[in-house]
Amino acid sequence: MRYAMAIDTRKCVGCSDCVVACQTENNVPIGYCRDWITETVDGSYPNVEIELRTERCNHCDNAPCVRCCPTGASHIVDGGAVLVTPNKCIGCGACIQSCPYDARYSHPEGYVDKCTFCNHRVIKGEQPACVSVCPTKCMYFGDLDDPDSDVSKALKNRKYKALAPEAGTKPHIFYMI
Amino acid sequence: MANRRDFIKVSALGIGGLAVSASAFNILKAAVPQDLINKDSDPQKGLRRYPTYCEVCFWKCAGWTYTDEDGKIIKILGNEEDPHCNGRLCPRGTGGVGMYNDKDRLTTPLIREGEPGSQTYRKASWDEALSLVATKMAEIKEKYGPEAMALFNHGSSGHYFGHMLKAYGSSNIVAPSYAQCRGPREVGFTATFGSGVGSPEPTDIRDTRCLVLIGSHLGENMHNGQVQEMSDAIDKGATIITVDPRLSTAASKSKYWLPIKPSTDLALLLAWIHVLIYEELYDKEYIDKYAFGLDQLKKHVKNMTPEWAYGITTIKPDVIRKTAREMANASPATIIHPGRHVTWYGDDTQRARAVAILNALVGSWGRRGGFYFKESLKLPHYPHPEYPKPNWSWRETMNGKYPLAGLAISNTLIEASIPSEENKHQIHGWLVSGTNLPLTMPDKATLAKAMQSLDFIAVVDTMPMEITGWADVILPECTYLERWDDIRVSPHREPYLALRMPAAEPKGDTKPAWWMAKQIGEKLGLGAYFDYEDYTEVLDWQLQKVGSSLEEMKKIGIKKFDRKSGGLYLLPGEDYEFNTNSGKIELFSTDLQAEGFDPMPVFTQHAEPPQGFYRLIYGRAPMHTFSRTANNPNLTALMHENTCWINPKVADQWGIENSQYIWLKNQDGIVSDFPIRVRVTERIRWDSIYMVHGFGHKEHKLSLAYGKGAADSYMITNVMVDPIMGGTGMRGNFVTFLTEDPHV
Repeated sequence: MRYAMAIDTRKCVGCSDCVVACQTENNVPIGYCRDWITETVDGSYPNVEIELRTERCNHCDNAPCVRCCPTGASHIVDGGAVLVTPNKCIGCGACIQSCPYDARYSHPEGYVDKCTFCNHRVIKGEQPACVSVCPTKCMYFGDLDDPDSDVSKALKNRKYKALAPEAGTKPHIFYMI
Repeated sequence: MANRRDFIKVSALGIGGLAVSASAFNILKAAVPQDLINKDSDPQKGLRRYPTYCEVCFWKCAGWTYTDEDGKIIKILGNEEDPHCNGRLCPRGTGGVGMYNDKDRLTTPLIREGEPGSQTYRKASWDEALSLVATKMAEIKEKYGPEAMALFNHGSSGHYFGHMLKAYGSSNIVAPSYAQCRGPREVGFTATFGSGVGSPEPTDIRDTRCLVLIGSHLGENMHNGQVQEMSDAIDKGATIITVDPRLSTAASKSKYWLPIKPSTDLALLLAWIHVLIYEELYDKEYIDKYAFGLDQLKKHVKNMTPEWAYGITTIKPDVIRKTAREMANASPATIIHPGRHVTWYGDDTQRARAVAILNALVGSWGRRGGFYFKESLKLPHYPHPEYPKPNWSWRETMNGKYPLAGLAISNTLIEASIPSEENKHQIHGWLVSGTNLPLTMPDKATLAKAMQSLDFIAVVDTMPMEITGWADVILPECTYLERWDDIRVSPHREPYLALRMPAAEPKGDTKPAWWMAKQIGEKLGLGAYFDYEDYTEVLDWQLQKVGSSLEEMKKIGIKKFDRKSGGLYLLPGEDYEFNTNSGKIELFSTDLQAEGFDPMPVFTQHAEPPQGFYRLIYGRAPMHTFSRTANNPNLTALMHENTCWINPKVADQWGIENSQYIWLKNQDGIVSDFPIRVRVTERIRWDSIYMVHGFGHKEHKLSLAYGKGAADSYMITNVMVDPIMGGTGMRGNFVTFLTEDPHV
């Protein structure tokens, strides 16, 4: 069992619904976010291309945030999601510095917070909130070890990339290009 | 769109500059009760849900409002049975909770104190505020007749005040969504197909093979169902052709981006028509059977070649030909999209006509992958006495102009509110519900003059807006999440009903519009028109008449009914009579000819920006709607100001840098009230700038929105009115840049 997410950049319109849905699902305080939109622009007028990406914690196999956590608050659970236990976290921020994706933030209640792959939903058989609301259905979530999962099927016939592969983190968010 | 670092920066400001340092955390952590941190790992336990449909924009997606164990509204999700959203709301719908939680909401009725025009209000009871409205309305009726009272409205609440106004004796009911937005396309399509487009648009995008967008920025305007279907079409490999001076999100998904010189779209459309006819690519069988006027049209576009259009539009002839052939290859599963906000250059009905004619030539009206025949359910009207017949209506305020206007024109009702020798049908009082006219209407000077001339203005809104500052009485409305409203009956592939019910008690001393209208009506002696205690009686009565009930709808939220009007598409060879004079699709419009207008669209050259000025183009961002979301805490967290898009070559000439704040000045010397941040980007032509509408609020009580960005509509002083239907063309305004603060 290895959870992962694939995002079709041809379909994403960068609307940010994933960001708002994450906030209302996970009580993320307003002004903070566990996921966000990035836009890159290439070329010059009129030969211009843009890529819109919804980004979040990459739930890495080789997670630097877990390795550097002094208290064990950052940990990996069954299925590969990287989580933080708030009452074990001392808010030192080492994980924030170590993350090549800038995926963690300091919660005003004093601990470090981030995407959980909506673990509380996934264990009930539901999709993460961001995936379930996306108007363009550009996000696919599931078990990479299962060839019939949404994510495996999405990646099967398309080119894709991961972010910051040079960091060697073995990320599990894939962008279909 | 905030990148993450902006996001964090903004948020830190938002909570009073909370420091991001390790020592600060420890202090904070000590202050937080441990049980709060040790909260259950499932943040969504113990939720209850209530059906609703969204009121943030006009798409009205059905969904469920969720409340937590304390009865607090915490999230809104789409209803999976609803074809408007298919269970997936857009960011504004998901962020609708911010409308409920907004700390700046109006919470109590307010009455202006002192002289007219003063900005001082005092709190009032509902009875006092509504009695004042009724008294003023009675005075206006007595002095000038009931017709002198007008309603400006947008959204669900307008219906109740419209009913009250009709009972009182006036039919001067107007929505800016017509003459400032989609009116021209309704007239253009009606003149061609005998049927307007309506909302939601019956575009069969999910099955289309070629989607052509003329300045329509699907994906930035989150017209939810359409954006979803565009995504489906991308999945299926449909060809998208986007005509836009800006690389919109949709343009970035397109096989062809045609970065047209703004204001020349009609030349491109005519050249496409030329290619389809002269290369004999049009749907001959369909045109022979259903259309009228091909010979005249062929003659009309004879010289409108791609080479002719190239000199006007800057789009190369081979691209014009290639794209026309793409449309023909996919025919009839081709959609040349009618657009929505189409009041651009004053010849907009004619441009909409050209779009309609193109659709006719590829045979897409009534065909799979083109336009389907929509259907909605008719709910019976709750019984009430007949309305009195007004002595005059909005049509008289147009003084014989705009003969094909199908609905009231806001700009002429505003002009009719200004006294003059010629004004024989003067409006003396306004009721304004759910529309922030100062940011909606172009030509602020005329609007201000009208509002200064009125005897009385009452404004109904959930938020303090620029318009509430003009009101004599402010009536605070509860949000859509806290009230019952009419059943949604909008058309789709099949008829659907959707219910909106309250998920929580109204905050503060706010009330639903149906209740306000009933109270005012009763105070005016019109109680017979409001023969119910609670609006649920009306809803249940209506639902029972169509075989449902309030009880049933509370459980399911949305209900589908069978079609009764026949198929979604024309059958092969089916005889079909269009609702036009000829009974056919009119390539040559007999209606326009009869009124003395061009029966076929003619290209006219529009003014170009003078040296050092750039055409002002405006549009939408996916997380905002109108000017009403600019203070929504959830949505401002995503985007808290608009930016001014400038081509790098232009920025270079001016020495303007990315993220610098500048002021804008238009061709008439109007300067933006607030600075706007520059976005230097290759995504736009060098003769135009672009900004998102709805920012630059001047109302101080909007604590998140005040002074953030610039308002496009304040820069729109040159208005080109469509002589056919009265729409206000707003894209003929040019701005230049000021790098020093002009207000000091």
